[in-house]
Amino acid sequence: MESIIQGRVYKFGDNINSDVIIPGRYLIYIDAERLSQHAFEVLGDDFPAKLRNYQILVAGRNFGCGSAREQAATAIRGLGINAIVASSFSRTFYRNAINDGLPIIECPDLHAAVEEGDDLRIDLAQALIFHRDRHYAFPKLPDSVRGILEMGGLAAYLKTQLTSPPRL
Amino acid sequence: MGMTIAQKILATKAGLSTAVPGEIVEAYPDLVMSHTATWRSVSVMNKIGATTLFDPDRLAIVLDHISPAKSEKNAADQQVSRNFAKKYGVHKFYDVDSGIAHLVLMEAGHVAPGDLIVGTDSHCTIYGSLGALGTGIGYTEVTSVWITGKLWMKVPESVKIVLDGRYASGVYSKDLMLYLIGKLGADGCNYKSVEFYGSSVSDLSVSERMTIANLAMEMGVKCVFVPPDEKTREYLKGRLQDQARYRAVYADPDARYQNEVRVDISRLEPMVACPHEVQNTKPIGEVAGRRIDQAFLGSCANAKYEDLVTAAQILKGHRVHPDVRLIITPGSKQIMLEAMNSGVLQILLESGGMVTNPGCGACAGDGGMLADGEVCLSTANRNFLGRMGSSKAQIYLSSPATLAASAIEGVISDPREFQTT
Repeated sequence: MESIIQGRVYKFGDNINSDVIIPGRYLIYIDAERLSQHAFEVLGDDFPAKLRNYQILVAGRNFGCGSAREQAATAIRGLGINAIVASSFSRTFYRNAINDGLPIIECPDLHAAVEEGDDLRIDLAQALIFHRDRHYAFPKLPDSVRGILEMGGLAAYLKTQLTSPPRL
Repeated sequence: MGMTIAQKILATKAGLSTAVPGEIVEAYPDLVMSHTATWRSVSVMNKIGATTLFDPDRLAIVLDHISPAKSEKNAADQQVSRNFAKKYGVHKFYDVDSGIAHLVLMEAGHVAPGDLIVGTDSHCTIYGSLGALGTGIGYTEVTSVWITGKLWMKVPESVKIVLDGRYASGVYSKDLMLYLIGKLGADGCNYKSVEFYGSSVSDLSVSERMTIANLAMEMGVKCVFVPPDEKTREYLKGRLQDQARYRAVYADPDARYQNEVRVDISRLEPMVACPHEVQNTKPIGEVAGRRIDQAFLGSCANAKYEDLVTAAQILKGHRVHPDVRLIITPGSKQIMLEAMNSGVLQILLESGGMVTNPGCGACAGDGGMLADGEVCLSTANRNFLGRMGSSKAQIYLSSPATLAASAIEGVISDPREFQTT
Protein backbone atom coordinates (compact mmCIF):
# COMPACT_ATOMS: atom_id res chain seq x y z
CA MET A 1 0.00 0.00 0.00
CA GLU A 2 1.27 3.44 -0.97
CA SER A 3 1.72 6.00 1.77
CA ILE A 4 0.48 8.82 -0.50
CA ILE A 5 -2.97 8.51 -2.06
CA GLN A 6 -4.09 11.14 -4.55
CA GLY A 7 -7.20 11.55 -6.63
CA ARG A 8 -10.58 13.08 -7.42
CA VAL A 9 -13.38 12.96 -4.91
CA TYR A 10 -16.89 11.56 -5.26
CA LYS A 11 -19.05 12.67 -2.37
CA PHE A 12 -21.79 10.75 -0.52
CA GLY A 13 -24.07 11.79 2.36
CA ASP A 14 -24.83 10.04 5.66
CA ASN A 15 -25.81 6.41 6.34
CA ILE A 16 -24.79 4.84 3.04
CA ASN A 17 -25.66 1.21 3.83
CA SER A 18 -23.98 -1.94 2.59
CA ASP A 19 -27.12 -3.09 0.73
CA VAL A 20 -26.79 0.05 -1.42
CA ILE A 21 -23.05 -0.54 -1.85
CA ILE A 22 -23.59 -4.11 -3.03
CA PRO A 23 -27.05 -5.76 -3.07
CA GLY A 24 -27.35 -9.15 -1.37
CA ARG A 25 -28.03 -11.02 -4.59
CA TYR A 26 -24.41 -10.47 -5.68
CA LEU A 27 -22.84 -11.87 -2.52
CA ILE A 28 -22.46 -15.16 -4.34
CA TYR A 29 -19.33 -13.51 -5.80
CA ILE A 30 -16.13 -12.51 -4.01
CA ASP A 31 -14.10 -11.24 -6.97
CA ALA A 32 -13.47 -7.47 -6.80
CA GLU A 33 -13.93 -6.74 -10.51
CA ARG A 34 -17.15 -8.74 -10.78
CA LEU A 35 -18.62 -7.19 -7.60
CA SER A 36 -17.70 -3.69 -8.75
CA GLN A 37 -19.92 -4.09 -11.83
CA HIS A 38 -22.91 -3.93 -9.46
CA ALA A 39 -21.61 -1.52 -6.81
CA PHE A 40 -24.12 1.23 -5.98
CA GLU A 41 -26.30 0.16 -8.95
CA VAL A 42 -29.51 0.74 -6.99
CA LEU A 43 -28.73 4.47 -6.99
CA GLY A 44 -29.48 4.79 -10.70
CA ASP A 45 -28.57 3.78 -14.23
CA ASP A 46 -25.36 5.85 -14.29
CA PHE A 47 -23.98 3.83 -11.38
CA PRO A 48 -21.47 2.30 -11.00
CA ALA A 49 -19.92 3.55 -14.28
CA LYS A 50 -19.60 7.19 -13.18
CA LEU A 51 -17.70 6.22 -10.03
CA ARG A 52 -14.84 4.88 -12.13
CA ASN A 53 -13.84 8.49 -12.80
CA TYR A 54 -13.04 9.04 -9.13
CA GLN A 55 -10.33 7.64 -6.86
CA ILE A 56 -11.43 8.74 -3.39
CA LEU A 57 -14.85 8.59 -1.72
CA VAL A 58 -15.75 11.22 0.88
CA ALA A 59 -18.82 10.38 2.94
CA GLY A 60 -20.76 11.64 5.92
CA ARG A 61 -21.65 9.70 9.04
CA ASN A 62 -22.03 5.96 9.44
CA PHE A 63 -20.68 4.88 6.05
CA GLY A 64 -21.22 1.17 5.38
CA CYS A 65 -23.95 0.63 7.97
CA GLY A 66 -26.15 -2.44 7.91
CA SER A 67 -25.04 -5.87 6.81
CA ALA A 68 -21.57 -7.18 7.78
CA ARG A 69 -20.95 -8.25 4.16
CA GLU A 70 -17.23 -7.98 3.43
CA GLN A 71 -17.97 -7.61 -0.28
CA ALA A 72 -19.05 -4.00 0.36
CA ALA A 73 -15.37 -3.11 0.79
CA THR A 74 -14.28 -5.46 -2.00
CA ALA A 75 -16.75 -3.94 -4.48
CA ILE A 76 -15.53 -0.40 -3.77
CA ARG A 77 -11.92 -1.48 -4.18
CA GLY A 78 -12.93 -3.07 -7.48
CA LEU A 79 -14.16 0.31 -8.74
CA GLY A 80 -10.61 1.64 -8.46
CA ILE A 81 -11.30 3.62 -5.31
CA ASN A 82 -8.08 3.92 -3.30
CA ALA A 83 -9.40 5.39 -0.03
CA ILE A 84 -12.58 6.41 1.79
CA VAL A 85 -12.68 9.42 4.08
CA ALA A 86 -15.87 9.57 6.17
CA SER A 87 -17.11 11.49 9.18
CA SER A 88 -17.64 8.04 10.73
CA PHE A 89 -17.92 4.40 9.65
CA SER A 90 -20.09 1.56 10.86
CA ARG A 91 -17.89 -0.84 12.80
CA THR A 92 -18.45 -3.85 10.55
CA PHE A 93 -17.50 -1.87 7.42
CA TYR A 94 -14.50 -0.40 9.21
CA ARG A 95 -13.12 -3.86 10.00
CA ASN A 96 -13.95 -5.26 6.58
CA ALA A 97 -12.19 -2.39 4.78
CA ILE A 98 -9.01 -2.92 6.79
CA ASN A 99 -9.21 -6.66 6.25
CA ASP A 100 -9.72 -6.07 2.54
CA GLY A 101 -6.75 -3.69 2.28
CA LEU A 102 -8.87 -0.59 1.55
CA PRO A 103 -7.59 2.49 3.44
CA ILE A 104 -10.31 4.22 5.46
CA ILE A 105 -9.95 7.45 7.33
CA GLU A 106 -12.20 9.07 9.91
CA CYS A 107 -12.12 12.84 9.50
CA PRO A 108 -15.39 14.56 10.49
CA ASP A 109 -14.24 18.04 9.43
CA LEU A 110 -13.58 17.22 5.80
CA HIS A 111 -17.08 16.37 4.57
CA ALA A 112 -18.52 19.89 4.65
CA ALA A 113 -15.40 21.39 3.01
CA VAL A 114 -15.16 19.06 0.02
CA GLU A 115 -17.10 19.14 -3.25
CA GLU A 116 -17.49 16.46 -5.87
CA GLY A 117 -14.57 16.51 -8.29
CA ASP A 118 -12.13 18.14 -5.84
CA ASP A 119 -8.59 16.83 -5.69
CA LEU A 120 -7.34 15.34 -2.42
CA ARG A 121 -3.95 14.14 -1.30
CA ILE A 122 -3.78 11.79 1.66
CA ASP A 123 -0.50 11.16 3.46
CA LEU A 124 -1.06 8.01 5.50
CA ALA A 125 2.35 8.10 7.17
CA GLN A 126 1.89 11.67 8.41
CA ALA A 127 -1.87 11.18 9.00
CA LEU A 128 -2.76 14.31 7.03
CA ILE A 129 -5.22 15.11 4.26
CA PHE A 130 -4.43 18.02 1.91
CA HIS A 131 -7.37 19.79 0.28
CA ARG A 132 -7.06 23.12 -1.56
CA ASP A 133 -4.96 25.32 0.71
CA ARG A 134 -5.84 23.49 3.92
CA HIS A 135 -4.81 20.30 5.61
CA TYR A 136 -6.70 18.08 8.03
CA ALA A 137 -5.18 15.76 10.63
CA PHE A 138 -6.73 12.39 11.37
CA PRO A 139 -5.98 9.84 14.10
CA LYS A 140 -3.40 7.23 13.09
CA LEU A 141 -4.52 3.62 13.09
CA PRO A 142 -3.13 1.43 15.89
CA ASP A 143 0.11 -0.28 14.78
CA SER A 144 -1.40 -3.78 14.81
CA VAL A 145 -4.26 -2.70 12.57
CA ARG A 146 -2.03 -0.65 10.26
CA GLY A 147 0.12 -3.74 9.80
CA ILE A 148 -2.86 -5.59 8.26
CA LEU A 149 -3.65 -2.67 5.95
CA GLU A 150 -0.04 -2.28 4.85
CA MET A 151 0.16 -5.92 3.84
CA GLY A 152 -2.84 -5.40 1.58
CA GLY A 153 -5.35 -7.10 3.85
CA LEU A 154 -5.93 -9.81 6.39
CA ALA A 155 -5.46 -12.80 4.08
CA ALA A 156 -1.92 -11.72 3.18
CA TYR A 157 -1.19 -10.91 6.81
CA LEU A 158 -2.50 -14.27 7.93
CA LYS A 159 -0.27 -16.04 5.43
CA THR A 160 2.81 -14.50 7.05
CA GLN A 161 1.56 -15.65 10.45
CA LEU A 162 1.34 -19.24 9.22
CA THR A 163 5.05 -19.36 8.49
CA SER A 164 5.98 -18.24 12.01
CA PRO A 165 5.59 -20.63 14.96
CA PRO A 166 2.20 -20.53 16.71
CA ARG A 167 2.07 -18.46 19.85
CA LEU A 168 -0.02 -20.86 21.87
CA MET B 1 -13.75 2.03 38.46
CA GLY B 2 -16.16 -0.86 37.89
CA MET B 3 -16.69 -2.58 34.57
CA THR B 4 -19.64 -2.94 32.21
CA ILE B 5 -20.69 -6.33 30.85
CA ALA B 6 -18.78 -5.80 27.58
CA GLN B 7 -15.62 -4.80 29.46
CA LYS B 8 -15.83 -7.90 31.66
CA ILE B 9 -16.44 -10.37 28.84
CA LEU B 10 -13.70 -8.92 26.62
CA ALA B 11 -11.22 -8.86 29.54
CA THR B 12 -12.00 -12.49 30.37
CA LYS B 13 -11.70 -13.66 26.76
CA ALA B 14 -8.39 -11.80 26.39
CA GLY B 15 -6.99 -13.29 29.61
CA LEU B 16 -6.88 -9.90 31.33
CA SER B 17 -8.20 -8.78 34.70
CA THR B 18 -9.51 -5.47 33.37
CA ALA B 19 -10.28 -3.82 30.05
CA VAL B 20 -11.08 -0.15 29.55
CA PRO B 21 -13.08 1.48 26.74
CA GLY B 22 -10.87 2.34 23.77
CA GLU B 23 -8.33 -0.37 24.59
CA ILE B 24 -7.61 -2.93 21.89
CA VAL B 25 -7.45 -6.50 23.16
CA GLU B 26 -6.79 -9.87 21.53
CA ALA B 27 -9.84 -11.92 22.43
CA TYR B 28 -10.54 -15.63 21.98
CA PRO B 29 -14.21 -16.18 21.01
CA ASP B 30 -16.11 -19.19 22.36
CA LEU B 31 -17.92 -19.61 19.06
CA VAL B 32 -17.39 -18.54 15.45
CA MET B 33 -20.55 -18.69 13.40
CA SER B 34 -20.52 -18.74 9.63
CA HIS B 35 -23.65 -19.09 7.53
CA THR B 36 -24.06 -19.38 3.78
CA ALA B 37 -20.83 -17.35 3.57
CA THR B 38 -18.84 -20.35 4.86
CA TRP B 39 -17.48 -21.29 1.42
CA ARG B 40 -15.93 -17.83 1.16
CA SER B 41 -14.00 -18.39 4.39
CA VAL B 42 -12.94 -21.81 3.09
CA SER B 43 -11.67 -20.16 -0.10
CA VAL B 44 -9.52 -17.78 1.97
CA MET B 45 -8.15 -20.75 3.89
CA ASN B 46 -7.26 -22.48 0.64
CA LYS B 47 -5.75 -19.32 -0.83
CA ILE B 48 -3.32 -18.87 2.02
CA GLY B 49 -2.58 -22.58 2.31
CA ALA B 50 -3.79 -23.09 5.89
CA THR B 51 -4.66 -26.65 6.89
CA THR B 52 -5.24 -26.52 10.66
CA LEU B 53 -8.03 -25.08 12.78
CA PHE B 54 -7.44 -23.62 16.23
CA ASP B 55 -10.35 -25.65 17.63
CA PRO B 56 -13.07 -27.25 15.43
CA ASP B 57 -15.42 -27.34 18.43
CA ARG B 58 -15.56 -23.54 18.37
CA LEU B 59 -16.95 -23.47 14.84
CA ALA B 60 -20.65 -23.45 14.00
CA ILE B 61 -21.93 -23.54 10.43
CA VAL B 62 -25.56 -22.99 9.42
CA LEU B 63 -26.63 -22.82 5.76
CA ASP B 64 -29.50 -20.36 6.03
CA HIS B 65 -29.33 -17.50 3.51
CA ILE B 66 -30.09 -19.46 0.35
CA SER B 67 -31.84 -22.66 1.27
CA PRO B 68 -32.13 -24.98 -0.52
CA ALA B 69 -29.73 -24.11 -3.37
CA LYS B 70 -31.29 -22.01 -6.15
CA SER B 71 -28.54 -22.39 -8.73
CA GLU B 72 -25.67 -24.65 -9.63
CA LYS B 73 -23.31 -22.09 -8.11
CA ASN B 74 -25.20 -22.10 -4.79
CA ALA B 75 -25.14 -25.90 -4.85
CA ALA B 76 -21.38 -25.99 -5.44
CA ASP B 77 -20.76 -23.38 -2.70
CA GLN B 78 -22.86 -25.34 -0.23
CA GLN B 79 -21.01 -28.50 -1.19
CA VAL B 80 -17.73 -26.75 -0.28
CA SER B 81 -19.17 -25.90 3.15
CA ARG B 82 -20.43 -29.45 3.78
CA ASN B 83 -17.14 -31.01 2.72
CA PHE B 84 -15.20 -28.59 4.91
CA ALA B 85 -17.33 -29.46 7.96
CA LYS B 86 -16.79 -33.19 7.36
CA LYS B 87 -13.07 -32.88 6.71
CA TYR B 88 -12.35 -30.81 9.82
CA GLY B 89 -14.84 -32.47 12.18
CA VAL B 90 -17.09 -29.45 12.65
CA HIS B 91 -19.94 -31.05 14.59
CA LYS B 92 -22.04 -27.91 14.97
CA PHE B 93 -23.07 -28.12 11.32
CA TYR B 94 -26.66 -27.37 10.33
CA ASP B 95 -27.75 -27.89 6.77
CA VAL B 96 -30.32 -26.06 4.59
CA ASP B 97 -33.29 -27.61 6.41
CA SER B 98 -32.50 -26.06 9.80
CA GLY B 99 -33.40 -22.38 9.70
CA ILE B 100 -31.78 -19.06 10.51
CA ALA B 101 -28.33 -19.43 12.10
CA HIS B 102 -28.98 -17.19 15.12
CA LEU B 103 -32.18 -18.93 16.13
CA VAL B 104 -30.83 -22.41 15.40
CA LEU B 105 -27.70 -21.86 17.53
CA MET B 106 -29.66 -20.50 20.49
CA GLU B 107 -32.24 -23.33 20.28
CA ALA B 108 -29.45 -25.92 20.16
CA GLY B 109 -27.78 -24.58 23.31
CA HIS B 110 -24.64 -23.29 21.59
CA VAL B 111 -25.05 -19.81 23.10
CA ALA B 112 -24.55 -19.29 26.84
CA PRO B 113 -24.41 -16.19 29.06
CA GLY B 114 -20.90 -14.73 29.19
CA ASP B 115 -19.88 -16.18 25.80
CA LEU B 116 -18.04 -14.17 23.17
CA ILE B 117 -19.44 -15.02 19.74
CA VAL B 118 -18.45 -13.62 16.36
CA GLY B 119 -19.96 -14.49 13.02
CA THR B 120 -20.51 -13.54 9.40
CA ASP B 121 -23.68 -11.62 10.14
CA SER B 122 -24.33 -8.21 11.64
CA HIS B 123 -27.31 -9.52 13.61
CA CYS B 124 -25.03 -11.64 15.82
CA THR B 125 -25.97 -8.96 18.36
CA ILE B 126 -29.06 -11.14 19.02
CA TYR B 127 -26.97 -13.41 21.29
CA GLY B 128 -27.08 -10.59 23.83
CA SER B 129 -30.67 -11.64 24.52
CA LEU B 130 -29.07 -14.49 26.50
CA GLY B 131 -26.28 -12.36 27.99
CA ALA B 132 -23.60 -13.27 25.43
CA LEU B 133 -21.46 -10.77 23.54
CA GLY B 134 -22.27 -11.31 19.87
CA THR B 135 -20.97 -9.21 17.00
CA GLY B 136 -20.56 -9.43 13.23
CA ILE B 137 -17.35 -9.77 11.21
CA GLY B 138 -16.50 -10.46 7.56
CA TYR B 139 -15.68 -13.81 6.03
CA THR B 140 -11.90 -13.28 5.84
CA GLU B 141 -11.84 -12.46 9.52
CA VAL B 142 -13.81 -15.65 10.20
CA THR B 143 -11.02 -17.58 8.50
CA SER B 144 -8.53 -15.79 10.69
CA VAL B 145 -10.40 -16.77 13.86
CA TRP B 146 -10.76 -20.36 12.60
CA ILE B 147 -6.98 -20.57 12.28
CA THR B 148 -5.65 -18.39 15.10
CA GLY B 149 -8.57 -18.66 17.55
CA LYS B 150 -8.50 -14.93 18.20
CA LEU B 151 -9.16 -11.45 16.83
CA TRP B 152 -8.43 -7.85 17.82
CA MET B 153 -11.35 -6.07 19.43
CA LYS B 154 -11.73 -2.54 20.66
CA VAL B 155 -13.39 -2.37 24.07
CA PRO B 156 -16.56 -0.31 23.53
CA GLU B 157 -18.10 2.46 25.54
CA SER B 158 -21.44 1.41 27.06
CA VAL B 159 -24.91 2.93 27.03
CA LYS B 160 -27.72 2.08 29.42
CA ILE B 161 -31.32 1.88 28.22
CA VAL B 162 -33.86 1.69 31.03
CA LEU B 163 -37.37 0.42 30.28
CA ASP B 164 -40.28 0.99 32.62
CA GLY B 165 -43.95 0.07 32.37
CA ARG B 166 -45.72 -2.56 30.29
CA TYR B 167 -46.65 -2.60 26.64
CA ALA B 168 -50.22 -1.64 25.82
CA SER B 169 -52.21 -4.28 23.93
CA GLY B 170 -51.02 -4.51 20.30
CA VAL B 171 -47.55 -3.14 21.13
CA TYR B 172 -44.44 -5.32 21.10
CA SER B 173 -40.66 -5.14 21.41
CA LYS B 174 -40.47 -4.54 17.64
CA ASP B 175 -42.39 -1.29 18.20
CA LEU B 176 -40.07 -0.34 21.06
CA MET B 177 -37.01 -0.87 18.90
CA LEU B 178 -38.41 1.01 15.90
CA TYR B 179 -39.18 3.85 18.31
CA LEU B 180 -35.65 3.78 19.73
CA ILE B 181 -33.97 3.56 16.31
CA GLY B 182 -36.04 6.52 15.14
CA LYS B 183 -35.19 8.49 18.25
CA LEU B 184 -31.45 7.69 18.45
CA GLY B 185 -30.73 7.28 14.72
CA ALA B 186 -28.97 4.72 12.53
CA ASP B 187 -25.65 5.55 14.20
CA GLY B 188 -27.10 6.50 17.57
CA CYS B 189 -25.10 3.73 19.26
CA ASN B 190 -22.31 3.22 16.71
CA TYR B 191 -19.43 1.15 18.21
CA LYS B 192 -21.29 1.06 21.54
CA SER B 193 -22.37 -1.74 23.83
CA VAL B 194 -25.95 -1.28 25.00
CA GLU B 195 -27.26 -2.78 28.24
CA PHE B 196 -31.02 -3.01 28.85
CA TYR B 197 -32.38 -2.52 32.38
CA GLY B 198 -35.56 -1.44 34.12
CA SER B 199 -38.68 -2.93 35.62
CA SER B 200 -40.06 -3.97 32.21
CA VAL B 201 -37.19 -6.25 31.30
CA SER B 202 -38.05 -9.11 33.67
CA ASP B 203 -41.56 -9.22 32.13
CA LEU B 204 -40.24 -9.66 28.62
CA SER B 205 -40.09 -13.18 27.20
CA VAL B 206 -36.79 -14.45 25.79
CA SER B 207 -38.37 -14.21 22.33
CA GLU B 208 -39.12 -10.50 22.84
CA ARG B 209 -35.56 -10.00 24.15
CA MET B 210 -34.24 -11.59 20.97
CA THR B 211 -36.17 -9.01 18.92
CA ILE B 212 -34.63 -6.22 21.04
CA ALA B 213 -31.06 -7.50 20.71
CA ASN B 214 -31.51 -8.15 16.99
CA LEU B 215 -32.95 -4.73 16.08
CA ALA B 216 -30.39 -2.85 18.20
CA MET B 217 -27.94 -3.51 15.36
CA GLU B 218 -29.88 -0.93 13.37
CA MET B 219 -28.62 1.76 15.79
CA GLY B 220 -25.07 0.66 14.96
CA VAL B 221 -24.31 -1.20 18.19
CA LYS B 222 -21.29 -3.43 18.57
CA CYS B 223 -23.16 -5.61 21.04
CA VAL B 224 -26.22 -5.66 23.30
CA PHE B 225 -27.01 -7.21 26.64
CA VAL B 226 -30.17 -8.19 28.41
CA PRO B 227 -28.69 -9.27 31.76
CA PRO B 228 -29.52 -12.96 32.38
CA ASP B 229 -32.31 -13.77 34.85
CA GLU B 230 -34.69 -16.60 35.69
CA LYS B 231 -36.26 -16.43 32.21
CA THR B 232 -32.81 -16.87 30.65
CA ARG B 233 -32.09 -19.84 32.90
CA GLU B 234 -35.46 -21.36 32.08
CA TYR B 235 -34.88 -20.97 28.32
CA LEU B 236 -31.46 -22.61 28.53
CA LYS B 237 -32.57 -25.46 30.78
CA GLY B 238 -32.35 -28.63 28.74
CA ARG B 239 -30.55 -26.74 25.94
CA LEU B 240 -27.07 -26.23 27.40
CA GLN B 241 -25.35 -29.60 27.38
CA ASP B 242 -23.18 -28.55 30.29
CA GLN B 243 -24.76 -26.28 32.92
CA ALA B 244 -21.28 -25.10 33.90
CA ARG B 245 -21.36 -23.09 30.66
CA TYR B 246 -23.96 -20.82 32.28
CA ARG B 247 -21.62 -18.03 33.40
CA ALA B 248 -23.81 -14.97 33.76
CA VAL B 249 -21.86 -11.71 33.66
CA TYR B 250 -23.27 -8.57 35.27
CA ALA B 251 -22.02 -5.00 35.32
CA ASP B 252 -20.42 -3.61 38.47
CA PRO B 253 -22.57 -1.11 40.41
CA ASP B 254 -20.00 1.62 39.71
CA ALA B 255 -19.55 0.79 36.01
CA ARG B 256 -19.34 3.86 33.76
CA TYR B 257 -21.94 4.52 31.07
CA GLN B 258 -21.59 7.16 28.41
CA ASN B 259 -25.28 7.98 28.63
CA GLU B 260 -28.61 6.66 29.78
CA VAL B 261 -31.90 6.57 27.88
CA ARG B 262 -35.20 5.98 29.70
CA VAL B 263 -38.37 4.81 28.00
CA ASP B 264 -41.83 4.38 29.52
CA ILE B 265 -42.92 1.54 27.26
CA SER B 266 -46.57 1.82 28.33
CA ARG B 267 -46.79 5.00 26.24
CA LEU B 268 -45.61 3.37 23.00
CA GLU B 269 -47.83 2.84 19.97
CA PRO B 270 -47.38 0.39 17.09
CA MET B 271 -44.56 1.79 14.92
CA VAL B 272 -43.64 1.41 11.26
CA ALA B 273 -40.27 2.03 9.58
CA CYS B 274 -40.76 3.69 6.20
CA PRO B 275 -38.55 3.38 3.09
CA HIS B 276 -35.56 3.31 2.75
CA GLU B 277 -33.96 3.53 6.20
CA VAL B 278 -34.88 1.81 9.45
CA GLN B 279 -34.51 5.10 11.33
CA ASN B 280 -37.35 6.55 9.24
CA THR B 281 -39.98 5.49 11.77
CA LYS B 282 -43.51 6.75 12.29
CA PRO B 283 -46.41 5.90 14.60
CA ILE B 284 -48.95 3.67 12.87
CA GLY B 285 -51.49 6.50 12.60
CA GLU B 286 -49.26 8.40 10.19
CA VAL B 287 -48.84 5.54 7.71
CA ALA B 288 -52.10 3.59 8.07
CA GLY B 289 -53.95 3.23 4.78
CA ARG B 290 -50.95 2.76 2.51
CA ARG B 291 -51.51 -0.08 0.02
CA ILE B 292 -49.32 -3.20 0.24
CA ASP B 293 -48.70 -5.91 -2.34
CA GLN B 294 -46.73 -8.31 -0.18
CA ALA B 295 -46.52 -9.07 3.53
CA PHE B 296 -43.44 -10.96 4.73
CA LEU B 297 -43.55 -12.60 8.15
CA GLY B 298 -39.98 -13.79 8.57
CA SER B 299 -36.35 -13.06 9.56
CA CYS B 300 -34.22 -13.43 12.69
CA ALA B 301 -36.01 -10.37 14.10
CA ASN B 302 -39.59 -11.66 14.06
CA ALA B 303 -40.21 -15.21 12.83
CA LYS B 304 -40.01 -16.93 16.20
CA TYR B 305 -42.82 -19.11 17.51
CA GLU B 306 -44.34 -16.29 19.56
CA ASP B 307 -44.33 -14.08 16.47
CA LEU B 308 -46.21 -16.68 14.44
CA VAL B 309 -48.73 -17.06 17.27
CA THR B 310 -49.26 -13.28 17.42
CA ALA B 311 -49.95 -13.17 13.68
CA ALA B 312 -52.21 -16.23 13.82
CA GLN B 313 -54.30 -14.75 16.64
CA ILE B 314 -55.15 -11.82 14.41
CA LEU B 315 -55.54 -13.80 11.18
CA LYS B 316 -57.81 -16.46 12.71
CA GLY B 317 -61.26 -16.20 11.18
CA HIS B 318 -60.09 -13.67 8.59
CA ARG B 319 -58.87 -13.86 5.00
CA VAL B 320 -55.74 -12.28 3.61
CA HIS B 321 -56.73 -9.47 1.21
CA PRO B 322 -56.93 -10.80 -2.38
CA ASP B 323 -54.33 -8.27 -3.60
CA VAL B 324 -51.78 -9.26 -0.94
CA ARG B 325 -49.29 -12.13 -0.96
CA LEU B 326 -48.64 -13.18 2.63
CA ILE B 327 -45.33 -15.06 2.80
CA ILE B 328 -44.50 -16.77 6.09
CA THR B 329 -40.99 -18.09 6.60
CA PRO B 330 -40.60 -19.68 10.05
CA GLY B 331 -37.28 -18.87 11.69
CA SER B 332 -36.27 -22.47 12.22
CA LYS B 333 -37.40 -26.05 11.78
CA GLN B 334 -38.08 -26.25 15.53
CA ILE B 335 -40.34 -23.22 15.29
CA MET B 336 -42.11 -24.67 12.26
CA LEU B 337 -42.69 -27.97 14.06
CA GLU B 338 -44.06 -26.20 17.10
CA ALA B 339 -46.36 -24.14 14.88
CA MET B 340 -47.49 -27.28 13.09
CA ASN B 341 -48.23 -29.18 16.28
CA SER B 342 -50.14 -26.31 17.88
CA GLY B 343 -52.26 -25.60 14.81
CA VAL B 344 -50.75 -22.17 14.23
CA LEU B 345 -49.45 -23.21 10.82
CA GLN B 346 -52.93 -24.32 9.80
CA ILE B 347 -54.42 -20.95 10.75
CA LEU B 348 -51.75 -19.14 8.77
CA LEU B 349 -52.35 -21.34 5.71
CA GLU B 350 -56.14 -21.26 5.92
CA SER B 351 -56.16 -17.48 6.18
CA GLY B 352 -54.55 -17.34 2.75
CA GLY B 353 -50.86 -17.18 3.65
CA MET B 354 -48.16 -19.31 2.08
CA VAL B 355 -45.57 -20.99 4.28
CA THR B 356 -42.03 -21.54 2.98
CA ASN B 357 -39.25 -23.67 4.40
CA PRO B 358 -37.39 -22.14 7.36
CA GLY B 359 -34.43 -19.83 6.69
CA CYS B 360 -33.65 -16.20 5.89
CA GLY B 361 -35.91 -16.25 2.84
CA ALA B 362 -37.19 -12.98 1.41
CA CYS B 363 -35.34 -10.83 3.98
CA ALA B 364 -32.11 -11.72 2.21
CA GLY B 365 -33.69 -11.66 -1.24
CA ASP B 366 -34.08 -15.46 -1.42
CA GLY B 367 -37.58 -15.72 -2.91
CA GLY B 368 -40.33 -13.16 -2.44
CA MET B 369 -38.64 -10.54 -4.63
CA LEU B 370 -40.45 -7.30 -5.42
CA ALA B 371 -41.26 -5.79 -8.83
CA ASP B 372 -41.05 -2.11 -9.80
CA GLY B 373 -43.54 -0.03 -7.84
CA GLU B 374 -44.50 -2.81 -5.40
CA VAL B 375 -44.83 -2.27 -1.68
CA CYS B 376 -43.89 -4.85 0.95
CA LEU B 377 -44.62 -4.77 4.65
CA SER B 378 -42.07 -6.96 6.44
CA THR B 379 -41.31 -8.07 9.98
CA ALA B 380 -37.58 -8.12 9.13
CA ASN B 381 -34.95 -5.67 10.37
CA ARG B 382 -33.98 -3.82 7.17
CA ASN B 383 -35.89 -1.85 4.54
CA PHE B 384 -32.91 -0.66 2.50
CA LEU B 385 -33.28 0.38 -1.13
CA GLY B 386 -33.25 -2.68 -3.40
CA ARG B 387 -32.89 -5.19 -0.57
CA MET B 388 -35.85 -7.32 -1.72
CA GLY B 389 -35.52 -6.91 -5.48
CA SER B 390 -36.39 -3.83 -7.52
CA SER B 391 -34.85 -0.52 -6.46
CA LYS B 392 -38.21 0.97 -7.44
CA ALA B 393 -39.99 -1.08 -4.76
CA GLN B 394 -40.69 0.07 -1.21
CA ILE B 395 -40.24 -1.84 2.05
CA TYR B 396 -41.95 -0.96 5.32
CA LEU B 397 -41.14 -2.71 8.63
CA SER B 398 -43.50 -3.56 11.48
CA SER B 399 -44.35 -6.03 14.22
CA PRO B 400 -46.02 -9.37 13.34
CA ALA B 401 -49.32 -8.00 14.74
CA THR B 402 -49.29 -4.94 12.47
CA LEU B 403 -48.28 -7.18 9.58
CA ALA B 404 -51.19 -9.58 10.15
CA ALA B 405 -53.74 -6.76 10.43
CA SER B 406 -52.35 -5.15 7.28
CA ALA B 407 -52.40 -8.42 5.32
CA ILE B 408 -56.11 -8.71 6.02
CA GLU B 409 -56.91 -5.10 5.10
CA GLY B 410 -54.58 -4.81 2.10
CA VAL B 411 -53.28 -1.54 3.53
CA ILE B 412 -51.04 -0.76 6.51
CA SER B 413 -53.38 -1.14 9.48
CA ASP B 414 -53.42 -0.69 13.24
CA PRO B 415 -53.47 -4.10 14.97
CA ARG B 416 -55.26 -2.61 17.97
CA GLU B 417 -58.40 -2.51 15.83
CA PHE B 418 -58.41 -6.31 15.70
CA GLN B 419 -59.89 -8.31 18.53
CA THR B 420 -57.50 -11.20 19.12
CA THR B 421 -58.88 -14.60 20.02
